[in-house]
Amino acid sequence: MVKFKLNGRDVSVDVPDDTPLLWALRDDLDLTGTKFGCGVGQCGACTVLVGGRATRSCITPLSSLEGADVTTIEGLDPNGKHAVQEAWKDIQVPQCGYCQSGQIMQAVSLLKDYPDPTDEEIDGVMGGSLCRCMTYVRIRKAIKKAAAALRKEEASNG
Amino acid sequence: MGKLERIAAQQDRAAGRGPSRRSFLLTAAGSAFLFGFARQGKAAQVYPQDAPATLKEATAFEPTIWCSIAPDGWVNVNIIRAEMGQHIGTALARIIADEMEADWNKVRITYVDTDPKWGLMVTGGSWSVWMTWDQFRQAGAAARTVMVEQGAKLLGVSPAACIARNGRVLAGSRSISYGDIVSRAHPTRTYTPDEMARLPLKPASERRLIGKDVKALDIPSKTNGTAIYGIDAKLDGMVYARPKLPPTRYGSKVVSVDDSEAKKVKGYIRHIVLEDPSDTVPGWVAVLASSYPAAIRATDALKVVWTPGKTANVTEHDILDYGRRQIANKTGGSRVFNDPGVDEAFAKATRVVEQTYTCSSVLHYQLEPVNALARQHDGKWEVHCGNQWQTLFLPVIAKALQVPETEVVMRSYLLGGGFGRRLNGDYAVPAALISKALGGKPVKLIFTRSDDALFDSIRSPSVQTVRAALGQDGAITAWQHHASAGWPTRVMASAFMEKGDDGKPYDQFAIAGADHWYDVGPMLVRALDNELAGETFRPGWLRSVSSGWTPWAHESFLDEIAHARKLDPVEYRLSLLDSKGRNAGSAPNSVGGASRQANVLKHLVEKCGYGKVSLPADTAIGIATTFGQERAMPTWTAGAVQVHVDRKTGVVTCQKIWLVLDAGTIIDPDGAAAQTEGGALWGLSMALFEGTEIVDGNVRDRNLNTYTPLRIADVPEMDVEFLPSTEKPMGLGEPGVTTIAPAVGNAIFNAVGVRLRHLPIRPADVLKALKEKGNA
Repeated sequence: MVKFKLNGRDVSVDVPDDTPLLWALRDDLDLTGTKFGCGVGQCGACTVLVGGRATRSCITPLSSLEGADVTTIEGLDPNGKHAVQEAWKDIQVPQCGYCQSGQIMQAVSLLKDYPDPTDEEIDGVMGGSLCRCMTYVRIRKAIKKAAAALRKEEASNG
Repeated sequence: MGKLERIAAQQDRAAGRGPSRRSFLLTAAGSAFLFGFARQGKAAQVYPQDAPATLKEATAFEPTIWCSIAPDGWVNVNIIRAEMGQHIGTALARIIADEMEADWNKVRITYVDTDPKWGLMVTGGSWSVWMTWDQFRQAGAAARTVMVEQGAKLLGVSPAACIARNGRVLAGSRSISYGDIVSRAHPTRTYTPDEMARLPLKPASERRLIGKDVKALDIPSKTNGTAIYGIDAKLDGMVYARPKLPPTRYGSKVVSVDDSEAKKVKGYIRHIVLEDPSDTVPGWVAVLASSYPAAIRATDALKVVWTPGKTANVTEHDILDYGRRQIANKTGGSRVFNDPGVDEAFAKATRVVEQTYTCSSVLHYQLEPVNALARQHDGKWEVHCGNQWQTLFLPVIAKALQVPETEVVMRSYLLGGGFGRRLNGDYAVPAALISKALGGKPVKLIFTRSDDALFDSIRSPSVQTVRAALGQDGAITAWQHHASAGWPTRVMASAFMEKGDDGKPYDQFAIAGADHWYDVGPMLVRALDNELAGETFRPGWLRSVSSGWTPWAHESFLDEIAHARKLDPVEYRLSLLDSKGRNAGSAPNSVGGASRQANVLKHLVEKCGYGKVSLPADTAIGIATTFGQERAMPTWTAGAVQVHVDRKTGVVTCQKIWLVLDAGTIIDPDGAAAQTEGGALWGLSMALFEGTEIVDGNVRDRNLNTYTPLRIADVPEMDVEFLPSTEKPMGLGEPGVTTIAPAVGNAIFNAVGVRLRHLPIRPADVLKALKEKGNA
């Protein structure tokens, strides 16, 4: 039995400890927004935040999460209106959409480290997130738009 | 009758159905709403998500099966195409809503499950908009006509005194909404297909939604985790399954199974050796478990001994060699173009030039691995999955289950990428078979990524030889294009193959593109079915099908001839696009013919500065042009690529891509741009980054540790433009792919003077070519 915080709520999952977080989320906790792509941590479709950091849930065993704080796409914002999600809609980034939960979670993590990212920084961090529809031009554009919105938010809060 | 209508009619006959099912007669009001909600969980196939969950179906007006208007004014549009990133429901609904004069803010789309009434359900070939254009405008006109007639009555004026706008009928200063018309007049008018076809359609100048910016209705759900894909489908009591794949795609036989180690995996339930009357999954063993991680582990632990099929040692090299031998043999294959005078022109030629171009195997690697959930429920076999060609695989699933096709239904979900992989519904068959073995219990079959790659119906490796007969002045007097590849349509849909000039069937999707619009004298275009490829793997339709690789041959070859003759490759192409004879084009699909291809090429050259801008050393622009997917539906396309070649490492960097397209009327401009951007990057990926090969009868690369598609850092600057047109809309899902590889090859030649003739172009190939050139 592993206990952790998921999208702000305490949860416990009674599955073998070596179960990857991805499958516990999808099949036991009924949060299917996090996707199975490669299974080896190289496509990024399964990306969630653990302690605020982008983490590949397909290679993260539940046993490593005791007491951790996990955020999935469903918990990013109560209304689905995080600045990154808003930018994604404005720029119309998704095509098939299958990788986009992971792209969004990775982008949220990126913007914590690089509030005003350059193309090189975007490429460096987003390089692990495969988009087979090849929406990359728009991903770059949306990240910059979200960055600007977050900086503005930060300035008005500060 | 067009190609698709023929396919539909053939499928009808094969299934013993009459043609009436595609008529536009009234169906039970709201019957669309009987479908799609049997599944548990969210009914995610309705967009926008905040639209009313169900219309007041009992009282909705449904003049055709394609749309209905409810008393609250909401318009529902039924979408029979698969949603796999094209936002196709939005584009198609814009067509119907524009003609109907609907209020776009009250339009919702429903991605429907299979039902015979829908006719041919296929999403591929970049056909969706092109094949729905007339039908949906007519359906919209039918609804508008009834609204105006009934609205006029309620307003007490003649229909001629009324106009329809934005979901209302207006007569001077008075007006009434479509919803009020439905709730007060209860219209029941229906239309026969003949009546539909006679309805006057709006002129292009009266279009208010088509061609205007729109927010795709499915996108919000794809940013918050609520979009439901096939892999997300769940049913109470379902068990999980993973396949244990045999050593060869065909012909493997199970000798023995030992599950003693698998039994040690907690959650392992059992294994099943599948018996498949449809022969889709021969030699398969399925492993069942209570969770998917347990199914993965138990499958790894299960020991199966097979006698492999005869292709267990086949290599990519063997397949390409087989193709070379087919091309060397003057007989065989099917002649797609077989103009009189080819042999004479070659016999009389001053010089014959010839080159051979090859392409490696390519994986679909659609990000959602193939999967399906099957069960028997209320006397029907349900298969829940994303799929691109339901009418092709319903009969196959029925055959596997040994039940009539009427007892099988496919429930529609979003596709986590299609790219042609899910035109082939082979992955649905084993799910149904497992469920049958469990007495109809729900079972969810998921392929791991490596399973998905091994079972992929890959883009076949191909060999192409192009020959030109040259006269004394160097001009081309005749042309031959010979292409050998595995034929997906022969394997999966042989009844639907086209017939060549010589009456022999051929796979149009393994030669289209070679039947180009250049005037190069009499042409022989010969399609050869690489049988060794077809025996070793199941060849697949992959984004752009052959139009993704035939231009690699002829657009490279034309460049080679132009350079040899010291002519500008662009001027040379323009001189061949003379719109004469069969290249003059015809209504409604190719009005203007080759002159429109010349036009996009001219526009592209002006825009990219080709031949004018001065670029750094080892950097150059290359050009290519195509007609998109197929002659019958030309999307006139011109592409330019700027590359830099690093002479030390052989690395080719694509710095910029320009594309100019004339696709006729553009329905959804942003969606059109997105499809073209994605297509172009697929083209670039297959040119420089991705490819695999057959080793011991299977693909060598099975995951991202060795398979290396393009990623964000490889993306160049992009400039995509559509020329304005009010002609019939053509397709846009694939044409973006078609020019990129030859434009890259031509740019490399312009940059460093070496000619590459194999895809993908790897740094080692560039270094080798540079070295050979240095030594020459």
